[in-house]
Amino acid sequence: MGLIILVGIFQSWNVALSIFNMCLISAVMTMGANVQWGYAGLINFGLMGYAALGGLAAVLISVDPVQEAWRAGGFDILMCLWLIIVMILAIRFILKNFEKSNFRTYGIAAIIVAGIIIIRVTAEPGIEAIESVNPAKTGFLGGFGLPIMFSWIVGAFFAGGLAFVVGKVALGLRADYLAIATLLISEIVIAIIKHEDWLSRGVKNVIGLDRPVPYEVNLQATEWFINLVAKFNSSKLELISNVADKQAALNQLVIEGSSVFVKLCYSGLFLIVVIALLIVTQKALYSPWGRMMRAIRDNEEAANAMGKNVVKQHLLIFILGSAIVGIAGAMLVTQDGLFTPGSYRPMRYTFLIWVMVIVGGSGNNFGAILGGFAVWFLWIEAAPIALFLINLFTAGMADTHVLKIHLIESVPYFRYLMMGLGLLLIMRYRPKGILPEKIEIK
Amino acid sequence: MDLLNAIVLLLNYIFVPALAYGSQLALGAIFVTLIYGILRFANFATGDMMSFGTMVTILFTWYFQSIGISLGVLPTALLAIPFAIIFMIIYMLFVDKFVFKYYRINKSPPVQLAMVSIGVMFVTQAVVRIIIGPADRRFFDGEKFIIKAGEFKEMTGLNEGLAIKSSQVITIFVTLILVSILFWFLNKTKTGKSMRAYSDNEDLALLSGIDPKRVVMITWIIAGILATIGGALYGLDKSFKPFTYFNNMLPIFAAAIVGGIGNPFGAFLGGYVIAFSEIFITYAYKKFFMYILPESMEPETLVQLLSTDYKFAVSFTILVIVLLYRPNGIFKGKVL
Repeated sequence: MGLIILVGIFQSWNVALSIFNMCLISAVMTMGANVQWGYAGLINFGLMGYAALGGLAAVLISVDPVQEAWRAGGFDILMCLWLIIVMILAIRFILKNFEKSNFRTYGIAAIIVAGIIIIRVTAEPGIEAIESVNPAKTGFLGGFGLPIMFSWIVGAFFAGGLAFVVGKVALGLRADYLAIATLLISEIVIAIIKHEDWLSRGVKNVIGLDRPVPYEVNLQATEWFINLVAKFNSSKLELISNVADKQAALNQLVIEGSSVFVKLCYSGLFLIVVIALLIVTQKALYSPWGRMMRAIRDNEEAANAMGKNVVKQHLLIFILGSAIVGIAGAMLVTQDGLFTPGSYRPMRYTFLIWVMVIVGGSGNNFGAILGGFAVWFLWIEAAPIALFLINLFTAGMADTHVLKIHLIESVPYFRYLMMGLGLLLIMRYRPKGILPEKIEIK
Repeated sequence: MDLLNAIVLLLNYIFVPALAYGSQLALGAIFVTLIYGILRFANFATGDMMSFGTMVTILFTWYFQSIGISLGVLPTALLAIPFAIIFMIIYMLFVDKFVFKYYRINKSPPVQLAMVSIGVMFVTQAVVRIIIGPADRRFFDGEKFIIKAGEFKEMTGLNEGLAIKSSQVITIFVTLILVSILFWFLNKTKTGKSMRAYSDNEDLALLSGIDPKRVVMITWIIAGILATIGGALYGLDKSFKPFTYFNNMLPIFAAAIVGGIGNPFGAFLGGYVIAFSEIFITYAYKKFFMYILPESMEPETLVQLLSTDYKFAVSFTILVIVLLYRPNGIFKGKVL
């Protein structure tokens, strides 16, 4: 926190606030992972997929529907949706009414293969029609045109829905298999979002999403905001005697102030989410339910013997944690105002979040938030720090020395080094994280 | 004639590339499986360790090229690989001593070791990018093709050409030799047998006087050899880019698990299963059907089961299915 204020003073308030906002989003994601890992010991390397689904929700909720595309191919897509539902029902029916046998397995496989072929055939003309509607600007179905804030909830539902499916499929696996399976499933999710252009334009990205907060340009033209800025900086402005200069300085301040103000609005919204989640998760941690989760985590067999339904509780907590990550994904897209499926990479959205969880302290919600803040801050500020250190150590060398130039060129990659070393050191010397789990037994 | 054309078409676009890609995956998968079988954790640093080995190979290749040593028609990198392997083994043993050993001695749960390997992954990735940069690099020299498409057409008089890159042939040959030596080592030598015993039951192995330190050291040495050669072959065939190597970790994991994790032979075959299914399912068969079907039945669409965008997704889906129905893999895993 203090460090962020320092950045504000030394670099600019704008940078400091954007770091702060990303810290808040990271904290939400970390809390989601922490609920799964810290409370229940479930390892989920698919965070990236849930975050992307949250982002997808933001697009689908906030963008206005593209009427033309709906007319062109909406019917085919709806047909496909029906077909998928019919397929799932058919499989469920077979699963329920037939004994387990090779015949049943092949039957289900046949249904799936046939279903995929039928769906492809029905969908193809529709998809082509949709994608050819004004491809440079839309080329997708669009969304519902609702305020983007709704997407935070819808994102949670999307992510939770995916988690339900994944959990049903994968939760029986051993810990490290589960890690790999979730990682691969999240890659599949990203592949689908990237390449199904009719859904969210794929790698062509969706830009210019609505905002829950005012736009800078509008702010700069509003009376009360200019007055506010003038009031804040009155002492600075009074020093300038020339009227034209004063006006120019004020304009400059208004432009700077507007972006700071917008970021502050976001911070406010995100803070509300973080605090609400913190309260809920803290309550949950100390509730009988939290106690049960810890019991399951620490000794599955014993908890099972005490009559706790381990499978059901695992599924539940898997869904809850993923839903929180989904909220964070929607928040991220809301803040950026654009959705770029290509930017979802496991390094940034899965492993970095895990570093946050481990460094902060698994099982401790405050630890998760601290981890989110500390690690994100380091991630952003690693380059300047590395530059400073390189200059310090190579002070004796000439500026044209090959090694020095090479090192300075590769400054961006020192962040990976710092993250890795940080993780290794924490795992070695403080395996429970900076703020270890504290459970008071009353 | 048309049938021959169709076969050559499949050979050219599916069989040869899949065989080469499968060999590269197989080496990585054996690496994963050995670490899993003997050290008992999923090594998330796999891809980056391979890229480290490749980086050292490239540095040596550049050095040899600068002093004018070359292998004529063969790529210089083949000469650089043995030196790179030595570096890689030193690196592996260094990582083991300062990172993994502590957790092994404390008998930490596998998940913790997997987390630690993520730390190693970050550091290795940083080191590679700091030393050689994130750019795409090609370091193949020597003769590029063994058979060119045009020459093949002239030779046989067929419409379809068959192009075989020398990097593909080298990949397949080196993989076969390396894997045969490895299986001979594991099955026939005393050290190999002790490794299998250790993997099968650690306590029993300790009781019968097997030195765990030695087993672990040899595992890392073999892992270093596999990682360097696998990485270098991939780099020779395609190109070297740290980010692709990180991504390759995923199909490699898929191959190891599909084959039955802990089972090197399964991993070897798993590599080919993944490679062939990726290419089979995403290949557009239009031309193939144009050759074998009469003209009236020629398909109008591309006859592609899934678009190539889903190449990775195919292998992951196979993995998920295998995990669900045969969690131990196609070949029963967890016996070395």
